[in-house]
Amino acid sequence: MAKAAKPYADHADPDQLRRWGMVVDLDRCTGCQACVVACHAENNIQIAGEDEALIGRTLHWIRIERYWEGEYPNVKARFMPVLCQQCSAAPCEPVCPVFATYHTPDGLNAQVYNRCIGTRYCGSACPYKVRVYNWFAPEFPEPMEQQLNPDVSVRQRGIIEKCSFCIQRIRRADLDASLEEREVEDGDIQPACVQSCPSSALIFGNFDDPDSHAARLARGNRAFRLLDQLGTDPAVIYLKGGETNA
Amino acid sequence: MPDLSRSEESASMGSEQPELSEELQGRLLLAERTDKEINEAVLRPMFQTGLGFWILIGILVAIIALGMFAWGYQIRWGMGTAGINQPVYWGLYIATFIFWVGISHAGTMISAVLRLLKADWRRPITRGAEAMTAFALLMAAMYPLIHLGRVWKFYWMLPYPNSRLMWPNFQSPLMWDMVAIFTYLIGSMLYLYLALIPDLAMARDHTGGWRYKFYRIFGLGWRGTEGEWHKLGQALRIFSVIIIPVFLSVHSIVSWDFAVTIQPRWHSTIFAPYFVIGAVYSGLSALAAILIIVRKTMHLEEFLRSEHFDALGKLILVAGLGWFYFWFSGFIVEWYGNEPVVRELIHDEITGELAPLFWLQMVCNVVPILLLFSKRIRTKPWALLILALAINVGMFTERFLIVVGNLQRNYLPFNWGEYKPTWVEISVVAMTFAGFVLLYALFSRVIPYVPVWEIKEGRLRYSLRRIGRLLVPTAAEIE
Repeated sequence: MAKAAKPYADHADPDQLRRWGMVVDLDRCTGCQACVVACHAENNIQIAGEDEALIGRTLHWIRIERYWEGEYPNVKARFMPVLCQQCSAAPCEPVCPVFATYHTPDGLNAQVYNRCIGTRYCGSACPYKVRVYNWFAPEFPEPMEQQLNPDVSVRQRGIIEKCSFCIQRIRRADLDASLEEREVEDGDIQPACVQSCPSSALIFGNFDDPDSHAARLARGNRAFRLLDQLGTDPAVIYLKGGETNA
Repeated sequence: MPDLSRSEESASMGSEQPELSEELQGRLLLAERTDKEINEAVLRPMFQTGLGFWILIGILVAIIALGMFAWGYQIRWGMGTAGINQPVYWGLYIATFIFWVGISHAGTMISAVLRLLKADWRRPITRGAEAMTAFALLMAAMYPLIHLGRVWKFYWMLPYPNSRLMWPNFQSPLMWDMVAIFTYLIGSMLYLYLALIPDLAMARDHTGGWRYKFYRIFGLGWRGTEGEWHKLGQALRIFSVIIIPVFLSVHSIVSWDFAVTIQPRWHSTIFAPYFVIGAVYSGLSALAAILIIVRKTMHLEEFLRSEHFDALGKLILVAGLGWFYFWFSGFIVEWYGNEPVVRELIHDEITGELAPLFWLQMVCNVVPILLLFSKRIRTKPWALLILALAINVGMFTERFLIVVGNLQRNYLPFNWGEYKPTWVEISVVAMTFAGFVLLYALFSRVIPYVPVWEIKEGRLRYSLRRIGRLLVPTAAEIE
């Protein structure tokens, strides 16, 4: 059968196989929440407000989990940024009745907002609880409605959304590279959280390229994956924090 | 049996045959009735709609109106008007959904299983049970819509040719759910209707006005010929066999909504049989409660006798013991396994915040099992009513704990949360309870509540035969 012409760049091309991933260095994270703010701005995430946040309805695609260690006065705060782990064996994908969440050929766990009907099954199935729900119609306090990102849709009420590894930036980098007739290079793509991290705790890259910065870090002996025992095969690699993360 | 209308006769019969047991007397009593008397006894209460009945209807309609308003409010403003949050993405709606699906299980249990086993005591209660199945399922079927974030797109779950050129995802347990529930709903409604046809024809022959027109349409011109009875019998036998696997599959699939995820305490192989047996337990109890109330309000004491409640009580007892066995089998393994999250969940349930609910559930579900061992309690309608209602409170709480209790805690302690239902959720849940009672009340005034033809058929089974000078009670094999 002849291949139909494709109106979009063919990411399934075996020469171009990519596995996007992120490395999170817990030693470097200071818990400053810059990634959370940058993510909100980049992805047009609605602002839930204080009251809603108190009952667990923040819509952060990335969050800084803070854990206290030790007893007063020897208390340490530990920070752990948690975002969608872009699992290869994602528990959220098979449960969706309308295919609103699926796996892209380049290893992303994608969410199609316009297809979601809001069963919230994926949210219940996700062990990392990184899928957030639009409880109400989106609202942006002034003047934030002036800075919405035109590359990202604003989501309707009643649907699930989650971290996309800033897929709009990935696709933009692909397009730019193909226009300039070159390959996408390591470091060309930076999701908003990676770009804004002042201590470079987050590193994004292609794990299928063994020379990428992210792949090299992921091979280190501090590397671990969150809830690895569940067999979800996440694409986010954490680097264990030691005494420096105090 | 002091409340029998024809007790003088039974007393006189008793003096003639002192060795007859009370139970046999009751059966023989019905055998003595003519067709006409039975028809009348069933039809009379259908026409009696006193002031109390209309007040009840008014209250139910008011509750339904409030619930519809709440649902509309939720659709207009978003799911945020309900109390669910992250991580408790499913709350009271899903718990009530499981509850209604559970209630719907006893109807088939009673009528199909007992029809196949030729259990004779089922006869007067089959219709009430089948109606309960159909109406409870209707209520259950509303919940997948109610809890949808974009309910106006619900039809995206249906497999139909569409501009997106897509099937729904048949890997999703929600799709299995939808298929199973629709199959069961259609099956149980047909099953209810099939057994109704001779009685609708009977009602047609004894009524006038709008009722006559109604019964004439739905009686499908039934004349009661030999061929018609043969076909009805065959259809009922086929349906009884087919609907049993369907009924087993429905609650299994509902349980797999939870069990196929890797959420701690949901991810359990025992969930399917545990849900099914729990469904039968709560469904039979609900049936007992309904029968007791209907018997009182529609004066059907003659048909619904203590022997029926005794047998129903025994079934509830067996289901209750089964429920406890499955619950304990699941619990002991998880508790002994001592996984950190599971330990936290169990700790939270038994001694933590959820402890009041957990112990309410345990008391309501386990104490009735112990009491139902006593025949005196089983045959006392008011005692059975209290136990049956308690079991349903217990089973509702159990479903709430399974859904909400296990979602509040998960692998990453940072995401632990709390859940409190809002007025919207409570109103919508109240709406479905009121809707169920309303449908049932209207049904009982339009449709012969006791299956007359089955009673007449069963009447042939027990009779007094004269052998020599002795009157001997005999039981015959029929069908």
